Amino acid sequence: MEAGRIRLVSRSRRQLASYMWKYKALYVMALPGVLYFLLFKYVPLAGSLIAFQNYNIFNGITGSEWVGLEHFRKMFEHYDFLRILKNTLLIGLYDTIIAFPAPIVLALLLNELRLVFYKRVLQTIVYMPHFLSWVVVSGIAIGILSPSAGAVNHFLGWLGIEPVYFLGEESYIRSILISSGIWRDSGYGTIIYLAALAGINPDLYEAAEVDGAGRWRQTLAITLPSLLPTIMILFLLHIGKFLDFGFERVIVFLNPLNTENGEILDTYIYKAGLLQQQYSYTTAMGLFKSVVGLVLVLIGNFFSRKTTGESLY
Amino acid sequence: MHRVTSGQKAFQLVNLSLLSLIALGMLLPFINVLAQSFSSSTAVTTGKVTFWPVEFTWINYQYVFSDASIWRSFAVTVYITVLGTLINLAATASMAYPVSRQEFAGRRYVVLLVLVTMVFSAPLIPNFILIKELGMMNSLWSLMIPGAISAFNFFVMRSFFMQIPGELIDSSRIDGCGETRILWNLVLPLSKPVMASLGIFYAVGHWNTFQSALYYINKPNLWPLQVKLRQMITTDDISIDPSASQFSDLAHSSPEGIKMAVIIIATVPIIMIYPFLQRHFVKGLMIGSVKA
Repeated sequence: MEAGRIRLVSRSRRQLASYMWKYKALYVMALPGVLYFLLFKYVPLAGSLIAFQNYNIFNGITGSEWVGLEHFRKMFEHYDFLRILKNTLLIGLYDTIIAFPAPIVLALLLNELRLVFYKRVLQTIVYMPHFLSWVVVSGIAIGILSPSAGAVNHFLGWLGIEPVYFLGEESYIRSILISSGIWRDSGYGTIIYLAALAGINPDLYEAAEVDGAGRWRQTLAITLPSLLPTIMILFLLHIGKFLDFGFERVIVFLNPLNTENGEILDTYIYKAGLLQQQYSYTTAMGLFKSVVGLVLVLIGNFFSRKTTGESLY
Repeated sequence: MHRVTSGQKAFQLVNLSLLSLIALGMLLPFINVLAQSFSSSTAVTTGKVTFWPVEFTWINYQYVFSDASIWRSFAVTVYITVLGTLINLAATASMAYPVSRQEFAGRRYVVLLVLVTMVFSAPLIPNFILIKELGMMNSLWSLMIPGAISAFNFFVMRSFFMQIPGELIDSSRIDGCGETRILWNLVLPLSKPVMASLGIFYAVGHWNTFQSALYYINKPNLWPLQVKLRQMITTDDISIDPSASQFSDLAHSSPEGIKMAVIIIATVPIIMIYPFLQRHFVKGLMIGSVKA
């Protein structure tokens, strides 16, 4: 088989065709998958061109009028857009500062735990919320935060604090979005860090101990540097999704009372695009979001390669 | 090996307590929901329920089970989970197998084709227009076909198939097996672990389907459970259907209690497969992160 492959390199086109004919079954099998990617991934990508048109469903993409960057101009001049962009950036920023490090800290703590059985039990518990849907997560959050029946206000009552309608005030919505995300995903996020921690050579720790380094010193000098490549890669993937906080996890928490601070690009695109049929305008927003994400990854990757030598490509 | 100093002992103790608190924090909201779903209306609305049912009752569950629309949503979710997962596995495997073989000239182009979609994805509206043009609006196919192959899972499965020795496959070819039979009788039986773990991931995804159903399904009788649940959570009027008044003490159920009961019903299947899930996801995640 190896020999066959090497010979293939020097073959003429006709021979390649006969080789492919021999394995035609493989191509037939792969064809539906290839068509799937072309139809469901590449066609919409090409369809993004409607951002530069006044798209009209009856005329289709070929018959609609081209307007250039009109929708992008309109977007940047719109008061709503600037407010929503600010929300999206702030939520993305809080998510990066608070939620991104959470699994790292949790993994470090779990890694220090010496009781193996209890560690397993804890891991089982902290991984689980990840598999609940955002609808369920929001249902639980709305339940425990409810002013009348919620457990949180119940405890505040013990402390003599008046009940707070957390989801009805725009000042709490961002904190709720971030903390529900931590609740759901930080445990699951530890998996990859724990695997990286398990891969650290134990000799390093022994050597450090001989040199008189305590646990804390070992963490700083061995554990964190060993974890850095993993952190860097996940960080790069994370900032690529900086404007992509996620449609589902936000829409399930939004209500008319907290929309002002909670609305992000994705939820606005859904409301203005699908519900009010401003197709071209919201596609322009979607494109803007993708381009910003790509630029962020490129910038992050550049700095990461310069400083730590880690990069995605 | 370790010299156990008192400082280390103290740290272990603090760490243990801290982690236990975190785990408790993850668990308690869930227990609260469970307790509320089994509590009477007055106990729930006056905020008496914390982590144990007050005035224990089945009434909320009785209400949920008597509501035909919840049953329908449940059935829709089971349907798309079973059929959708089968489609996922069939589509992913039949693309990943050929691309994993060295005999497939040009496999690099296919890999590139998939890789690009992981970096660039189209905005919502062009996707929506495509589904509309394909006539999939208000059809359950719109929840199963557009996500038939996940690029990430494709790479996981492909790297698993690549570990199967080419000699083994060559010898079956010499024995006269066609590629379909090789995939079905040789590769798939060897790939049970990866099929199980990806299958479970796909299934959880279908069970939790919300976003695409919100986009593509606007007939309430085709709503999956998550959309139904969402609607129940937001609109506070859990309409008490007059035909459901066969049980007299409906007054004892509360909108909160009913919502919590539906949350439990939407979650129990996930909890039930969780032991299988947990066995697989660490492995699955690792294969993916190393090779993809």
